[in-house]
Amino acid sequence: MNISHEWLKAFVPHALSAEQLRDLLTAHVATVEGFERTRTELSAFVVGQVVESEKIPETRLSFNKVDDGSGSLLEVVCGAPNVTVGAKYPFARSGTTMPGGLLIEKRKIRGFTSNGMLCSPRELGLGDDHDGILELTTDAATGTPLLDVLPLSDTRLVVDVLPNRPDLLSHQGFAREVSALTNTPVAVPAELGAIPLPPTAVIGAREAKAGAIAVRLADTADCPRYCAVVVRGVKVGPSPDWLRARVESVGGRSINNVVDATNYVLHGLGQPVHAFDLAKLGGSTINVRRARPGESLVTLDGVDRTLDGSVLVIADADRPVALAGIMGGKASEVTESTTDVLLEVAAFSAKVVRGGRRLVGLNTDASYRYERGIDDVAVPRIAAVAAGLLASVSGGTVEHMVVVGDMPAPRPPVSLRVARVGRLLGDVVNGAETRALLESIGFGVTGGSETFTVTAPSWRHDIARDVDLIEEVARLRGYDRLPDTLTGARPGNVPDHPMHTVSSRVRAALTALGLLEIRPLPYVAASGSDANVLVRVRNPLGEDEPFLRRRLADTLARRAEYNLTRMQGDVRIFEIGTAFIPEGSGLREEMRVGALVMGARRPAHFTEPVPPAYDAWDAKALGEAITIAAWPGARVSLAAGTAGDLWTVTVDGTVVGRVYQAALDAPIWASPAFGIEITLGDMPATPVAARGAHNYADRAGAAGGAHVRYRSLPSTPAAEFDLAFVVPDSIGAAQVESALRTAGGDLLESVVVFDEYRGDKVPPGTRSLAWRLTFRHPERTLREKEIEGRRAQLLKSLKEELGIVVRAG
Amino acid sequence: MTPLTLQEFTALVSSFQDEAGAAIDGADSAESLEATRTKYLGRAHGWLKDISAKLAQLDKGDRAAAGRLFNDARLAVEAAMESRQGALAPARAGITLADPTMPARRAWKGAVHPVTAVIDEMIEIFRELGFTVALGPEAESSWYNFGSLNFPADHPAMDLHDTLYISDDLLLRTHTSPVQTRTLQGYAPPIRVLIPGNVHRRDPFDASHAPTFAQVEGLVVDEGITFADLKATLTHFANRFFGSTKTRFRPSYFPFTEPSAEMDVLCGVCKGSGCSVCKQSGWIEILGSGLVHPAVLDSAGVDSEKYTGWAFGMGPGRTALARHGIPDIRILYDSDVRFLQQFAR
Repeated sequence: MNISHEWLKAFVPHALSAEQLRDLLTAHVATVEGFERTRTELSAFVVGQVVESEKIPETRLSFNKVDDGSGSLLEVVCGAPNVTVGAKYPFARSGTTMPGGLLIEKRKIRGFTSNGMLCSPRELGLGDDHDGILELTTDAATGTPLLDVLPLSDTRLVVDVLPNRPDLLSHQGFAREVSALTNTPVAVPAELGAIPLPPTAVIGAREAKAGAIAVRLADTADCPRYCAVVVRGVKVGPSPDWLRARVESVGGRSINNVVDATNYVLHGLGQPVHAFDLAKLGGSTINVRRARPGESLVTLDGVDRTLDGSVLVIADADRPVALAGIMGGKASEVTESTTDVLLEVAAFSAKVVRGGRRLVGLNTDASYRYERGIDDVAVPRIAAVAAGLLASVSGGTVEHMVVVGDMPAPRPPVSLRVARVGRLLGDVVNGAETRALLESIGFGVTGGSETFTVTAPSWRHDIARDVDLIEEVARLRGYDRLPDTLTGARPGNVPDHPMHTVSSRVRAALTALGLLEIRPLPYVAASGSDANVLVRVRNPLGEDEPFLRRRLADTLARRAEYNLTRMQGDVRIFEIGTAFIPEGSGLREEMRVGALVMGARRPAHFTEPVPPAYDAWDAKALGEAITIAAWPGARVSLAAGTAGDLWTVTVDGTVVGRVYQAALDAPIWASPAFGIEITLGDMPATPVAARGAHNYADRAGAAGGAHVRYRSLPSTPAAEFDLAFVVPDSIGAAQVESALRTAGGDLLESVVVFDEYRGDKVPPGTRSLAWRLTFRHPERTLREKEIEGRRAQLLKSLKEELGIVVRAG
Repeated sequence: MTPLTLQEFTALVSSFQDEAGAAIDGADSAESLEATRTKYLGRAHGWLKDISAKLAQLDKGDRAAAGRLFNDARLAVEAAMESRQGALAPARAGITLADPTMPARRAWKGAVHPVTAVIDEMIEIFRELGFTVALGPEAESSWYNFGSLNFPADHPAMDLHDTLYISDDLLLRTHTSPVQTRTLQGYAPPIRVLIPGNVHRRDPFDASHAPTFAQVEGLVVDEGITFADLKATLTHFANRFFGSTKTRFRPSYFPFTEPSAEMDVLCGVCKGSGCSVCKQSGWIEILGSGLVHPAVLDSAGVDSEKYTGWAFGMGPGRTALARHGIPDIRILYDSDVRFLQQFAR
């Protein structure tokens, strides 16, 4: 909403500067987002006085000496007929740019130097008058900025009016607030004061007729009130300067006197007004009804719109002539040749305007206000003002006024306990102040000292219960004048959500391992049959990616490809986010962690100019690291993967994810990419603990897992030896290791595979794997013999169980 | 036992001292020094032991003087040994760096996303004030997203939340506020939670909008909560988060709070005098807040006469853009490793 500082002053004669007004409105009413001075293009112009003037022979020109306050007189050639010695005029020094873009420079005209320009109204963009230069009647000294002399300067405030305050969508609305906040009575703008009241209205409940026109409402639920006023004998033409200035002051464009008058009422009083060319209304009849199937209307913007029963229209005897509350029709538009106007000032249902606006896809100043709510009580009064204004600026005569509909029902009063005000705002606002503040903005307050009965004014649609009134009290007093003491609080009952705890641990683990977190969009395209297993957004932003991802792997792959297209081949990224899995008619959400690594495993160094690339074993390590971070203390296992995965990750026997080689659309120079995707858990819609219960019992300990049990440090020496076995490819290393552990007994402390050999020194289909075994007795040194015995036992067991033998030599 | 004169003993000691001293000086490695130590000072077979055994062969009257002589010699040899050991030690460390200015061998550095960093910092600050973290689903029913939060049906307030739908009743949440209702349904007051999460709007993906973005919501519900708690807590947060600053509260509108307030902090660039960053206002908009609307408490089954509360919502993405000077919001989503690496510590 654009508010003109000057126009607002016409409604409430406050003494605030534009800056003060901005701060006051922002603090108490609505946020002023923009703040711009108008006519800044005239800021370089000054008051100049003609000191000498002589005609240049055989021309219309005069040669003048002008005092511009600089101390020396300037020579100026002027073509205007009305140059008068001693008079003051707007003066452009050389170097000034005119509103039209012309740069004024010192130059020679007919042999005379011209160093500046005396300006006409048209040259200043102040109207069409170009008959002569603009004579200023001012006592101001020469050199004074022109804007200080002419009442042209204004400031436009751009205010963010939120949907609950449609009463602020006009200058009158802000005037009410400023009046209350500055204790200044509201006024009737001078330009409206001279308008004679129109003749008495003809009133009807559903229909009424006056003179030549008849109005009929099909349903007062759609249109509670409709006023039609006939103004005859108008002469469509340019608006008077003051009206043009008002329209332009809020950023509008002056069209003609009829349109400008309706816009004055819209921005001044907040009421949409539509002007029909009466001659083009068939049967001089207004029917307010729903559109019939098959009907259409060409609106003012020239678009032919097909209508249906959800749209409320204004129709003449035959067909629709306007979309009620949205836009008028082209056929009944006021044109240069219009002489008789029918002005419509009506209240339409917010819902029906909203429905119609959505159907035709048109958002107009009128529909914007109707959707939010207008002052329906004020409709006849504003109709009279609008008609009077139109007549006065167009030379017409107000003839008839018809008012159809119901008198709006009085607002149900809201009861307000004074104690409740204190309970919400802190005990600083008493009953007397509460009452005074509410009354200052037009609320009716009755009742005793403990409970008030409050009636909202007809322009307020946002007052339904006590808290709505308390908000009024709070903002009018000023949020900055409410207490702000920080007091102690009881601890809350809500435990940390386990998904938050888990994801924090995983994030910390992955960043410690050198990975970079990403937060991409969750939308994906579908390839082939994928569409059946993906959740689709019904109204996606784009048809290229209308699905929600089911796997983080898809997002990671696209992000890796994005990096590859930018020549970044060292990618190590991860995301903790939501996967969307269709289930029945709905979906299930899983919180997952996904990672993708490719390229150099560490930065290049002079000792290692080409670092090794990430490989499958790095990916396996990341899979383990994520899983251990997510489920500390649990039994993590990565078994050979299925369906193309390298590994399947299980925790305590439950599959939680996979490690895979990622298929990317990659250039040939790119290294292979490896991915990990682990499901951390469902994102349940239900609470994580019973209502009212703490859930801290089972998560004692910071990490959320079982506490680690301390094992005393060994005080005896360990005995180590290595064993290399020839292992057929059919037997996994983990299988051998498990057999070693079983056979090794209690004293076997650790088993580590440290070497793998494939080649011609072992039979085909086998490889040599070497383990280092560490034994330790808790209380004494192991004897040579005991170690030898264990070694023999291990060899025997492995031969018996797995049929593998120690590698010879 | 052959008697030994003090003179003979003195000669013995002095020859020990000379020989040992020469051997120590001659040792050129830790190993040879250790061999020398064993030879002269070794407890089992060293010369020292041999000489000390000879003390018994001396005349009783000479033993005290001989003992002193012996001890002095021992200490002198031990000191020489120690100093030689020190002299040989650096040679044992063994490496010399031709150019110590060559770079360290580094591992890749990881980084949390700048938006996550803002969220984590917020959580840290609010934890000090007793807040815990609540989460909720991203796909919501329209009742949780709108109905339970006092959005008037078919009202322009809904236009502020252009919504992505999955089915008639299932939508992608447009704010984290549905978790307010879920938390109020699930737990009895006192409630003090922070709710981070992704939200979705049907906004075009351009320099200043993204269809998916993070939000952090806060909710406090208990007996006796007032607007003063809201102002005080959020001002404390602003001071902790932005460094000591000034806050300003101004009227706003959210269907689920009343009174509603936007909180601004003093513009960090111009300190309030007005500049292009704050659009000449001197203030930067940080978050929306308000007292929890009684209708929200009622629809979650919480007694709105007994309990009051306050809530706020903030966009950590905007804060991340501002604090790092990132000109285009899409950079946060592109996942370019060169961008992400800038946040590695």
